[in-house]
Amino acid sequence: MAEKVLMCGNGAVGEGAIQAGCRHYFGYPITPQNELTAYMAERLGELGGVFIQSESELAAINMVFGASAAGARAMTSSSSPGISLKQEGISYIAGAELPCVIVNVMRAGPGLGDITPSQADYFQAVKGGGHGDYRLITIGPASVQELYDWTARAFYLADKYRNPVMILGDGFLGQMMEPLEIRKIKELKLPPKTWALTGAKDRSANVIRTLMLKVGELEAHNKKIQNKYKRIEKELVEYETVLTDGADIILVAYGMCARICKESVFLLRKEGIKAGLIRPITLWPYPSAIIRKISNHVRYILTVEMSAGQMVEDVKLAVLGRCPVHFYGRMGGGVPTSEEIVNRIKELEAKGQKGTKKREYR
Amino acid sequence: MKKIFGRPKSMTDKPFHYCPGCGHGIVHRLIGEVIDELGIQDRTIGVPPVGCAVIMYHYFNIDMTEAPHGRTPAVATGIKRVHPDKVVFTYQGDGDLAAIGTGEIIHAANRGERITTIFVNNTVYGMTGGQMAPTTLLSQKTTTTPLGRDARLIGYPIKISEMLAITDGSIYIERVAVNKPANIIKAKKAIKKAFQVQLEDMGFSMVEVLSQCPVNLGMTPQKAAEWIDNTLIKTYPLGVIKDKSGE
Repeated sequence: MAEKVLMCGNGAVGEGAIQAGCRHYFGYPITPQNELTAYMAERLGELGGVFIQSESELAAINMVFGASAAGARAMTSSSSPGISLKQEGISYIAGAELPCVIVNVMRAGPGLGDITPSQADYFQAVKGGGHGDYRLITIGPASVQELYDWTARAFYLADKYRNPVMILGDGFLGQMMEPLEIRKIKELKLPPKTWALTGAKDRSANVIRTLMLKVGELEAHNKKIQNKYKRIEKELVEYETVLTDGADIILVAYGMCARICKESVFLLRKEGIKAGLIRPITLWPYPSAIIRKISNHVRYILTVEMSAGQMVEDVKLAVLGRCPVHFYGRMGGGVPTSEEIVNRIKELEAKGQKGTKKREYR
Repeated sequence: MKKIFGRPKSMTDKPFHYCPGCGHGIVHRLIGEVIDELGIQDRTIGVPPVGCAVIMYHYFNIDMTEAPHGRTPAVATGIKRVHPDKVVFTYQGDGDLAAIGTGEIIHAANRGERITTIFVNNTVYGMTGGQMAPTTLLSQKTTTTPLGRDARLIGYPIKISEMLAITDGSIYIERVAVNKPANIIKAKKAIKKAFQVQLEDMGFSMVEVLSQCPVNLGMTPQKAAEWIDNTLIKTYPLGVIKDKSGE
């Protein structure tokens, strides 16, 4: 039987990485993800892995670049202002198609902000963040167990698609403690990393580069990675639904907010309001199809985030006007309560958002 | 007929793209010869800079990766920590190493990373068209110091080798030049020694190479080579700056 422990979310990320065979971690301290840095220092010390507390976030992400180029499973973690600093390296890593895992335990911004939880780095994570046309596979876990499971899986996905994967949590999720089942990670088959820098012994030299000066070469490279993104969009979308069958109203939320919304759904159901929840787990690729499908049958959607409204744009793009999309958000470390969300729904109900249920234009 | 001179085996036959009189080609060749002589072609991994030498991977038969501007030592750190048994070297210009990447190089040296850095100092930004570098001499004219570098406005030429020498992690640092045959021979010896320091797992090693950029210095190749002798080495004297390899 798998070992059960009580662990904080940051520690669960660390253990997930260790179980997935990550032996190279490079990071720089920032609250609220410091437990993860410390966890990696301790565990990699025990296991004879490599832990470097770098001189900056810039250095950390570029050490990941080097380690990944050398063929290792490498990880870095940070929180919002630190992730901003890493964007340069993230763009290069995505451009060079190197696999790695980047953890963002989001805190409130903009600027130095404070150390309370937030989801305001959504745009940065799923729309690019650094320069150029690229995508990160972005995962929004909602429990300590999911942080563990998805971090482990993130290494596999990174290797499979040769793409950086971001675990997008928040300070709440990173620091809260929950029971964690340390499941054994089943290593799935992957092609050998024939592209890695290991010394040109008995083969021609391997070169990793993003500079492409020959006319048309860079465009062809961009087309190639965009095709890869299309493949990922087809193969990887994951989400959770709660009481969506026959629902009148749908909440859409991810991560910590989704857990709070789940409670709201049960509270609303008690009051006879048929609410349901869609929780995107992969934030990129986004579960647009399920949201689109459900928008044909509901009166309206309410998106809830710890931001001024970022993911709501993806919901609107998925819905394309099939039903109204409303937003409720808290910022600057504010965490919505289930009651606040219920009240927001009641306000919308009172404002005559009843509408007709059937809108069959597609 | 006995062949007595040829291209290093660790290099390709691609013609260099560098401007006439540029020192990069010489420095590249010296690295190639050293790799051959040490017999490490199949276990050397290089990290070129952003700048004129960015595509140096076209000229070597060794594994190489690009790095973002100035982050070369961090990328090399990641590689070396994955493969401690491989020989990892970086190649950086004065913009890459002495400006945008100052943080990375100081900390790589201070950690005693088992990497070797070839630092090419020609006092000017070549690739971007001749702007001031941190190493630009006082009164030296560049596109961004049209009246000559004024210390009151923009500070002094930075002495990176001397700076790095005070870190305990650095083992061997020497400043050489590639402006004339006698200096080139010394430069090769220094580069070889720097690689040997790494092979013996002692710590960080660096060779600063004073080099000529005739186009952006606005000189003929010959004048640029003479300028190194007559002017540049007054600010950046040649010789061993630190050598703890015998201790």
